[in-house]
Amino acid sequence: MPQTLEKTTKKLRQFNKVCEILDRYERNPAKLIPILQLVQDEYRYLPEEVLTYIATSLSLPPAKVYGVATFYAHFALEPKGKYVIRLCDGTACHVKKSIPILEALRERLGLTDKVRTTPDMLFTVETVSCLGACGLAPVMVINDDVHGQMTPEHAVALIDEIAAKEGKK
Amino acid sequence: MIAELEKVASEFGNAESKVSRRVIICAGTGCVANGSLKVYAEFIKQIESAGLDIVTELKAEGAEGDNHTSTLLQKSSSAPIRLSKSGCQGFCQMGPLVTIEPEGILYTKVKPEDVAEIVQTTLIDHKAVERLLYRDPVSGKQCTGTAEIPFYQRQSRTVLKSCGIIDPEDIREYIHSGGYMAAKRAYTEMTPEMVCEEMLYSGLRGRGGGGFPTGKKWDLTRIQPGPKKYVICNGDEGDPGAFMDRSVMEGNPHSVIEGMMIAARAIGADEGYVYVRLEYPLAVARIRRAVADAEAIGVLGDNIFGSGHGFKINVMEGAGAFVCGEETALIASIEGQRGMPMPKPPFPAQSGLWGKPTVINNVETLASVPIVIGKGAAEFRQRGTETSPGTKTFALTGHVANTGLIEVPFGTTLREVVYNIGGGVTDDRGNVTGEGFKAVQIGGPSGGCLTEEHLDLPLDFDSLKGVGAMVGSGGLVVMNKQTCMVRIARFFMQFTQNESCGKCVLCREGTKQMLALLDDIMEGNGTEKTLETLERTARAVQKGSLCGLGKTAPNPILSTLKYFRAEYEAHVYQKRCPAGECKALLRPTIDPAKCKGCTMCAKKCPVGAITGELKKPHVINPDICIKCGACAEVCRFKAVSGV
Repeated sequence: MPQTLEKTTKKLRQFNKVCEILDRYERNPAKLIPILQLVQDEYRYLPEEVLTYIATSLSLPPAKVYGVATFYAHFALEPKGKYVIRLCDGTACHVKKSIPILEALRERLGLTDKVRTTPDMLFTVETVSCLGACGLAPVMVINDDVHGQMTPEHAVALIDEIAAKEGKK
Repeated sequence: MIAELEKVASEFGNAESKVSRRVIICAGTGCVANGSLKVYAEFIKQIESAGLDIVTELKAEGAEGDNHTSTLLQKSSSAPIRLSKSGCQGFCQMGPLVTIEPEGILYTKVKPEDVAEIVQTTLIDHKAVERLLYRDPVSGKQCTGTAEIPFYQRQSRTVLKSCGIIDPEDIREYIHSGGYMAAKRAYTEMTPEMVCEEMLYSGLRGRGGGGFPTGKKWDLTRIQPGPKKYVICNGDEGDPGAFMDRSVMEGNPHSVIEGMMIAARAIGADEGYVYVRLEYPLAVARIRRAVADAEAIGVLGDNIFGSGHGFKINVMEGAGAFVCGEETALIASIEGQRGMPMPKPPFPAQSGLWGKPTVINNVETLASVPIVIGKGAAEFRQRGTETSPGTKTFALTGHVANTGLIEVPFGTTLREVVYNIGGGVTDDRGNVTGEGFKAVQIGGPSGGCLTEEHLDLPLDFDSLKGVGAMVGSGGLVVMNKQTCMVRIARFFMQFTQNESCGKCVLCREGTKQMLALLDDIMEGNGTEKTLETLERTARAVQKGSLCGLGKTAPNPILSTLKYFRAEYEAHVYQKRCPAGECKALLRPTIDPAKCKGCTMCAKKCPVGAITGELKKPHVINPDICIKCGACAEVCRFKAVSGV
């Protein structure tokens, strides 16, 4: 019983946060994108029930909110790992061989084009079109840290370092 | 509150005159990634422990309620050293960069461990630390400062002039360098018509890619009726390989805001938006801070310079959609919709954000505006060509010795950019080679390829259009002979296919088909018919797409087909990739006559495809081989061929 209660209050608390964000933008439907951004910062993804809740609060059809959430690359409908690794595959990075880095990372973490997050929710590997740090190509970003002039070996070493810090092999 | 620019400038000037030296640390994205903030922290530590006075933020002496800094400035009789961060200095590859003024010394690749030596040798003993100076890879000459470095010498930095010198987070420094004077002139001495005329006469063309005359765009919006109009700054720089807008927003955000204010004056807008892509968190933070500071000091807000006109700026982050760089899609995004383009007309000038007349300009265009209004259109026209006046920033990347951000007058040749500013073409290992040049891809996914025969072509809007390329946002990717042009075309096609919003059939399905056709060619399944279909599809998509994304998506294919047709044909008819990049077409073999049986290749092969006995020729099993080329790389006898 206490456990269920805890879960319920936790959920309520989370919706409180959503309400706060909605209120900050005066429940203005034109502010849907900034609202979704803040909500995603909170949850690290956009849970389905939250999307529905936002739609109701803004008096928008849920399809519209879902449509916006799926249109933009930044919005994730599934949870991401604790460390989001974004490999730049812009032109400069691409000609300086970014793909072998991606392959090495996927190989090391057992990920594929379809499976982007490790089962232990530690790592997510994605590509991005351009990070605008082309002078340092190829570039990889782990959460907010930019790492330039990457090589497959160096990238895997960084992953191993994080995994070791997190106490996992 | 009305800003008193002269007072701010003179107070700042007074405070700065008390400083003996200035240490500027580049805090652009590239240098930060290389650890420049750690260098900054180390400077504070080392200067203090050397017993020197240090100022990290200049405050006007005797400013009210600010006794702390006044005492800081008067702490010792010797003049203090000012430590400041700057925006991108353009020379990203050599970062972190540290400049010491007034000597003009530029140190490259500075690490925290070097800081103590710099403090002792340069700040105390007044000598340069030679090992940290830049050495020109071509001449081997050691360069003390930017004045001696060919990369900087041959540029004419105008929009980027203050980028990398002033502190982007200090509005007073911008004002001290003459900032906001152009806006003041526009609001207090000029009518909207005069501003538009001046812009029209300057010939400034939109730097976002299209090259539409800015003055004309403004004038069309100005004549629209209605009290509510908007100015939008398009900071959604999504072109892979371009980062000039990022550098301007990070390095000199106030110049963008001043440009927006002048645009607002010209068309009669009272509200504006800066739309920045979220992949640029530092740019977002700096623009937000700049807006807040401009409001606090009284530049932005109600009754600007006592003119009775008000202007408010909102900052919005994008959410990751390339198509939002297209103006009608960007407007939809600000309105909270999916960023899908609308057919034009009506143009945003007639009906834009929330149906109101709207001007949308690119970041670099807006940053050029204060230069035009401040110095006059006639002076602006001094540089560049007749039909493309002024300068243009380019992001120079790829296989070139000096990568980074450059600014040259329109009309500069590609040869000058690649060989003199860029320092020449490099091979895959980064060494400069004399004969490595193959092509330059210009203008991102909307642009095309230029070849050796175009090296002497002056870069401007019209000449590039004439050869099937475009200035675009200004990405210049240099490619060496080891680059497969079919792959490059495929790379851009993959990009546009991912980013197509899906609204119109030709773009949505056409890009998908073109991608599949390119895949066929690269995998060795291409026929004459494939090439034919590819070309026809490309022309159809070019003709029938709704917005710029679709219309220009086939450009990389059409221009590579035009200039590198032989390479496509080698893939199709000979099943061979001349650059050796298409894995499916590789046939790695070991020449038994050259193989000494050293076993290096077998050891290095990640999949165990190579077998053989010690001191006897080895063989590659083609069924297991993944064609990674590791064997060829380690072989000292050059026995591996076909990769």
